[in-house]
Amino acid sequence: MNNLDFILPEIFISLAIMFLLILGVFKKNSSNIIHYLSIVCLLITGILIINNPSGTQVTLFSGSFIIDNLSSFMKILTILGGASILLMSKKFLKISKIFLIEYPILILSSILGMLVMISSNDLMVFYIGLELQSLALYVLASFNRDQLKSSESGLKYFVLSALSSGLLLYGCSLIYGFSGSTNFDIISNTVNSNHYGLTFGIVFILVGLSFKISAVPFHMWAPDVYEGSPTPVTLFFSVVPKIAALTVFIRFLYVPFINMMDQWQPIIIFLSIASMIFGAIAAIGQKNLKRLIAYSSIGHIGYALAGLSVGTNEGLQSSIVYISIYIVMNLGFFSCLLMMKKNDLYFETIEDLSGLSKNHPILSLCFLIVLFSLAGIPPLAGFFAKFYIFKSVIEQSMYFLAIVGLLSTVIAAFYYLRIIKVIYFDEQREKYDTDHSNWLKVSLTLSTLLILLYFIFPSKLLEIVSSINVI
Amino acid sequence: MINIGLGHYLTLGAIIFTIGIVGIFLNRKNIIVILMSIELILLAVNINLVAFSIFLEDISGQIFTLFILTVAAAEAAIGLAIIVVYYRNSSTIRVEEINSLKG
Repeated sequence: MNNLDFILPEIFISLAIMFLLILGVFKKNSSNIIHYLSIVCLLITGILIINNPSGTQVTLFSGSFIIDNLSSFMKILTILGGASILLMSKKFLKISKIFLIEYPILILSSILGMLVMISSNDLMVFYIGLELQSLALYVLASFNRDQLKSSESGLKYFVLSALSSGLLLYGCSLIYGFSGSTNFDIISNTVNSNHYGLTFGIVFILVGLSFKISAVPFHMWAPDVYEGSPTPVTLFFSVVPKIAALTVFIRFLYVPFINMMDQWQPIIIFLSIASMIFGAIAAIGQKNLKRLIAYSSIGHIGYALAGLSVGTNEGLQSSIVYISIYIVMNLGFFSCLLMMKKNDLYFETIEDLSGLSKNHPILSLCFLIVLFSLAGIPPLAGFFAKFYIFKSVIEQSMYFLAIVGLLSTVIAAFYYLRIIKVIYFDEQREKYDTDHSNWLKVSLTLSTLLILLYFIFPSKLLEIVSSINVI
Repeated sequence: MINIGLGHYLTLGAIIFTIGIVGIFLNRKNIIVILMSIELILLAVNINLVAFSIFLEDISGQIFTLFILTVAAAEAAIGLAIIVVYYRNSSTIRVEEINSLKG
C-alpha cells in the first residue's frame, strides 16, 4: 500500500486519461472541455509530484521504480512543458480543423509514458514507459491525417522509431544475459568484469536512445518529422521527449554503468561532437523554419550530451540546466512561429519573415531575443546554458570537446543571425493577423522575459539543480 | 548428436536480428515488408531473452518477453493504421515514392 502513495501522480494521470476518453466518447462536441480539463489534470499531477511524501530517495516495487530529486525535477519540467504546449496549440488546431478530443488525450498518455521512463530503475519499466510514449507520439505525428505531409512524417517516425526500439531491446537482452538482472542497482553491483557482451549491450541501448533524442548519426528522422507534423506537435517533439530521454541517459549511464565509463565515454563524446558540428552546418541551407529548428535542436542536444560525457555530478547538472533553458527558448521560438498567420493560413519559411520588424515590432523583438539566446549571445539565458556546459567540460580537461563546441557555436550563430537579418533588413511584406490567443501571448512574453532576465537570478535554477546527485 | 546450448540460441537470435535490420535497409518495394522486419527484430530479442532466462534460471527474462509481445502487437496495430492513413493520401505504399518531405 505504501508504494502506491509514492506513485500517486502516475496513477492520477492514468485515471484522468481513461476518464477523459470516456467523457469524449459520450459527450458530443466536448473537445473544448477536454482540452482544458487535461491541462488541469496535468497541473494537478504537477502538484502531486511536488507534494511527494518522500524526502529524498525512495525505490519502489522491488527496486524497479525510483523517486529522487532527479526524477522529481525532470517530471515537473515535462509537465510544465506539456501544459504550456496544450495551452499554445488550441488556436492552431482549431484553424487546421484538427481540434479533436484525441489530441490532449494522446499528449497526456505520452506524458504518462515519460513519467514512467523518468522514474524507471529497471530495464522492463524503462521499456514500457518508452513504448507508451512512442506509441502516442506516432499517432501525434500523423495527427493531421488528411494531409500527405503529416501522414508521411508519422510513417517515417514510426518506422525509424520502431527500429530504434528494436535495437534498444536487443541491447537490453544482452545486458540482462550478461549481468543476470534487469534492475539497474543489481546490474551495477554485478558489473565489474569488462565483458564484451555488456559493452555490446551498452552500445545498442545508446544507439536506441540517441534515436529518441535525435543525436547524430541517428538524427535522420528529425527534420522530416518536424517539418511534416502539425506545428504544436513539432513543438512537443522538440521539447518534451528529449527531457525524458536525457533523464534515461543520465540514469542508465551513471547508475549501472558508471564503472564502465572508459567504455561509454568515447561514444558519448563522439555523439556530442557529431551532433554539434552537424547541427551547425546542416541548418545553414534550410529555408523552412521547422526544418531549421530540427537541425538546431540536434545541435543543442550535442551540447547537452557534452555535459553528460564528463562523468561527474557537475557535468550532469550542467546538462540539466541546459535542457531546461533549451525548453524555454524553444517555447519562445514556437510561440513566434505560431503567430505567423494570415487568413487562417500558417507560414513557416524564412522568406515569410522578411521585413517583419516594420509590421510587428514587438513580435520581432521577442524573436530577436529568442534567436540571440539560441545562438548563445550574452547576457541571455542561452549563453549561461552553454557556459555551464563548457565550464564542467574544461574542469575535466577535455579541451578538444570544448574547442569543437565553441567553434560550432560560432558556425551556428550564422543561421540564427541570418533570420534576424531577414526580419530586420529585408523588404517589407503583408501584415500578419494579430488576433492571437491570450495564452500564446502569455507564453511568448513569459519565455522572452525568462530568457532576458535570467542573468539577474542565475543562482535560483542552479540551487535547485545542485541538489540532483546521481553518483 | 549436437548438444544445443546457449550459444546456439544466441546465434539464432543474432541471425534473425540481422535479417530484420537488413530487411529494413535493403527493402525498396513495400512498407509492409518493413513492418515484418520490425516484427522479426522483436522476435529475435524474445529468443535471446528466453534463452538467457533459462540459462540464468531467472524468471524476469520471460516476463520481459511477455511485455515485448504485447507491445509488439500494439505497435503493429498503430503501424498498420498509419500505413492506411498514408495510403489514403498518396495512394501508394512503395518505399521509393515516400519522398514528399526532403531538403
